[in-house]
Amino acid sequence: MAVKVLIPTPLQKLTGNLPEVEVEGRNIQELVENLEKKFPGMKERLTDEKGKLRRFVNIYVNEEDIRFLQMEKTSLKDGDEVSIIPAIAGG
Amino acid sequence: MSYVLGLRCRECGRNYPPEVLFVCEYCFGSLEVIYDYARIRKVLTKEKITKRPKNLWRYRELLPLNKEPITGFFSGFTPLIRARNLSAYLGAKEVYLKDDSVSHPTLSFKDRVVAVAISKAKEFGFNTVACASTGNLANAVSAQAAFCGLRSFIFIPADLELAKIVSTLIYGAQVVAVEGSYDEVNRLCAEIASRYHWAFVNINIRPYYAEGSKTFGFEIAEQLNWRLPQHIVVPVAGGSLISKIWKAFQELYKLGFVEKPRTKVYAAQAQGCSPVVTTIKENSEIIKPVRPKTIAKSLAIGNPADGYYAVSVVKESKGWGEEASDEEIVEAMRVLAETEGIFTETAGGVTLAVTKKLLAQKIIPKEESIVICITGNGLKTQDAVIPQLKKLWHIKPTLESFMETLKEHT
Repeated sequence: MAVKVLIPTPLQKLTGNLPEVEVEGRNIQELVENLEKKFPGMKERLTDEKGKLRRFVNIYVNEEDIRFLQMEKTSLKDGDEVSIIPAIAGG
Repeated sequence: MSYVLGLRCRECGRNYPPEVLFVCEYCFGSLEVIYDYARIRKVLTKEKITKRPKNLWRYRELLPLNKEPITGFFSGFTPLIRARNLSAYLGAKEVYLKDDSVSHPTLSFKDRVVAVAISKAKEFGFNTVACASTGNLANAVSAQAAFCGLRSFIFIPADLELAKIVSTLIYGAQVVAVEGSYDEVNRLCAEIASRYHWAFVNINIRPYYAEGSKTFGFEIAEQLNWRLPQHIVVPVAGGSLISKIWKAFQELYKLGFVEKPRTKVYAAQAQGCSPVVTTIKENSEIIKPVRPKTIAKSLAIGNPADGYYAVSVVKESKGWGEEASDEEIVEAMRVLAETEGIFTETAGGVTLAVTKKLLAQKIIPKEESIVICITGNGLKTQDAVIPQLKKLWHIKPTLESFMETLKEHT
């Protein structure tokens, strides 16, 4: 159940500057937990004290915003690509 | 000479040095430029500003450059027009248009933000600039990059208006048409920005870029002889402009140039893409992203990065939000052209249509001063108005043919 995760610049310090990592997880929630195990510090960046995703963190599964899917419960399968992105200004 | 103290996270308040950073490493909140107002207060006066050249750099102490600007010498200081014909049409007493449809060089308020972003990108030593754009930003980045001798990559949604594509390509930019919505282009650009050492003006240069929007607010105050309007109606896409106009008013107050801001700020969005207005109306804590479906493509951002700040400005100022349908947008564009002789793009149609609604709902009292923000030019979105225009008269090149036709129609 390996999923490819694209890591944004502000989090690359935690991944040893890797812009892309592979992590296991059946859904986003699990993925975040596993990211934390592999790269400690990741979880508190992505979620608040209550474990909810921070409001300026955008997560996409195969280009789809998880807010259009099942949020943290969005399920993942082998080969999926997850992208973590900070909110971006308009233009 | 810079008066910048650093960058600060708008969410958690952590401080950062003024470098190529755009979000807080800890909570992903956006970073805001912080200035030393005490020092600015000692050196900057209204008189000093008034004597400077009529461009956005007349407020340079309040802009985040360390070195001299390299572009934007004719950008900004656009007309603030007392719109008497439009006032009569709206049944309101004192209506002003802040008209960036004539902004130099690319006919939208994006010339302001890009002048700051490109000057800053050069300071940081970048030789390539880029952006994700709904069109106006594309025009501004490609034009000013050409002027400054920088390479540019412009990412746009593939369904953009032809005029906006042509007026980007002409400057020699590499335009990349992405098969997707603006929000998808934005996501892609964030991914690209993590891989390449390019200055994405609205991504990794964003804190500096966004500061350019303040000049829109500074000018309104200066042009009203250092008064603030009672109401201002602002188009909202990503939510940056509306937040920065409010910041501008607050800064002028901090410097003692204007009285405490009591301006009510209104967010204007298109019905087919109104995540911010919906949040205001529902008094909700969260902004739900939407999939945009509107002719106002320059406002078609379904996932507004500064949406939360836009909502809080509206609330703090005791303003409100309203939305306009595609028909109302086109109708308002026509009204503005027929009353004031100003051809604005769809976004301007949105602000005027929304102003009209807010007046009708008596949310804006008709005897108070109102500024309507016009941020772009109608030549770029001609397709939107074509079905609403008068038919041409086709005649032969004879006086007889003309007189016959005139008779038929009168």
